[in-house]
Amino acid sequence: MTGTSVLFDAPGPRARRVSLILSIVSLVAILGLVVWVGMLLAAPRESGGITLPGMFDPSRWNIFADPQVWTSIGRGVVATLQAAAVAAVGAIILGIVFSLMRSSSIAWVRIPTAWLLEFLRGMPVLLMMLFILLVASTGAFWAVVIALVLYNGTLIGEILRAGLAALPRGQREAALSVGMREFQSKMLVEFPQAFRQMLPIIVAQLVVLLKDTSLGYIVGYNEIIRNNMNNLGSFYGNRYMFSLFAVTLVIYLVINLTLSWFARWLSRRTASGGGRKRKTADPMNPAALLEAEARADEADRAAANRGLGKYDGTGR
Amino acid sequence: MEQLWSLMPIFFEGFRVTLLLLVVSGVLALVLGTVIAAMRISPVPALRGFAAVWTEIARNTPLTLVFFFTAFVLPMLGVRAPYILLAFIALTYYTSPFVAEALRSGINGVPIGQAEAARSIGLGFGQTVSLVVLPQAFRMTIPPLINVFIALTKNTSVAGGFFVVELFATTRQLANDNGNIVIPILLTAAVLYLVITVPLGFVAARLEKRWVVKR
Repeated sequence: MTGTSVLFDAPGPRARRVSLILSIVSLVAILGLVVWVGMLLAAPRESGGITLPGMFDPSRWNIFADPQVWTSIGRGVVATLQAAAVAAVGAIILGIVFSLMRSSSIAWVRIPTAWLLEFLRGMPVLLMMLFILLVASTGAFWAVVIALVLYNGTLIGEILRAGLAALPRGQREAALSVGMREFQSKMLVEFPQAFRQMLPIIVAQLVVLLKDTSLGYIVGYNEIIRNNMNNLGSFYGNRYMFSLFAVTLVIYLVINLTLSWFARWLSRRTASGGGRKRKTADPMNPAALLEAEARADEADRAAANRGLGKYDGTGR
Repeated sequence: MEQLWSLMPIFFEGFRVTLLLLVVSGVLALVLGTVIAAMRISPVPALRGFAAVWTEIARNTPLTLVFFFTAFVLPMLGVRAPYILLAFIALTYYTSPFVAEALRSGINGVPIGQAEAARSIGLGFGQTVSLVVLPQAFRMTIPPLINVFIALTKNTSVAGGFFVVELFATTRQLANDNGNIVIPILLTAAVLYLVITVPLGFVAARLEKRWVVKR
């Protein structure tokens, strides 16, 4: 973001004029496109000899005056948030467990965990949902929740492992030297710091989790999309499909954008308060997780090279 | 076992469609994402704003909803196209902001002194970007781009819920038809997905590890 300004000169009068003209031209082009799509949608359409009203015609939107419709939409929103909330709690707990197992000093625990994580990460969440639905016959809600817990648990586990690896070694040494056990040091000293450091990336992952609850549509869970489009859509008929879709989209955007902004705000706050020099990477960026993981692996390897076992050799 | 073996041709047909979805949407998303990334760093404010809004909206819409739009709403609006084409559109739209962000993070990762040096020897915007910044940004963007394609591989499964008979839809159908071997069928599908995602992930992690050290 800061790198862009150096790419070109501070514009002089001519460049400013050119830039302004280009800006206006592209703005007009973009607005023109939007207006064109809008007009296309608003135009009445012929279908099999009958003329149907355009998409913005009041007859396509009048159901939203009925409070019962909103109650029904609210049920869908609650169903989505419910699945997301339960899955988020589960995923964080599972993430903590996975990160402990993955960085365990016992090879018999560490290596199978690494394989398991690789397996869970490589599979589509949708296939996991189908698996749970068909094999465990749990019902749609738990199929959605358990699949999301497993999938996001692995990712949060990796994020936390990266957070643990990024901590200064002195933290753990100090904890051990005041007589804490391995596990106490992990839970009381290292985890709280790693968690705080990685919170923005975790929140970004939770946005992904929330978006993925929409896969419940395919396995038959009545979340927002299925509730609005299938249930309300078939009740009120095809005429309202477009308006119901627009409302669904807006609901999702409001929820997700709020959460994304929250993640960025957290990232700015932790970066300025942490006191450690760290580039404030965008937590929403897909590269953030990858880089954190690579740093964790590298820290493990560096520790091994110093002749200290996994994490200082105290665990041997 | 024999029963599962006899289903293999059907599996491979589904796998072929998954690969087709992956390759076509991957290439299209790469093109669209590059355009968005170029807009994002361009000197024209309107293009920058448009790219930023596109990224925010596309990234915060669930893929299921995008597919719903292409599979149900577009046909209702009068667009007549085969479902696989609509699936390409949905996957391309959904993947493009992630590609753009991966490219942008690579560009931002190039030390600022490089651009400053290029500027100070008199290169313009186009020259600085194409001759100095992009060649260095390129290798840093490869691991995140591979990750984007891994996510795309997994996302193709959503197309299975919207009338495209790829690996997920095939699996669901086969599991319904062969109630006695549900678990082997699901595991076969998992293995077929892992065949794509695990090697890609391995390559991405190796490259990232090598380059993170140099930084």
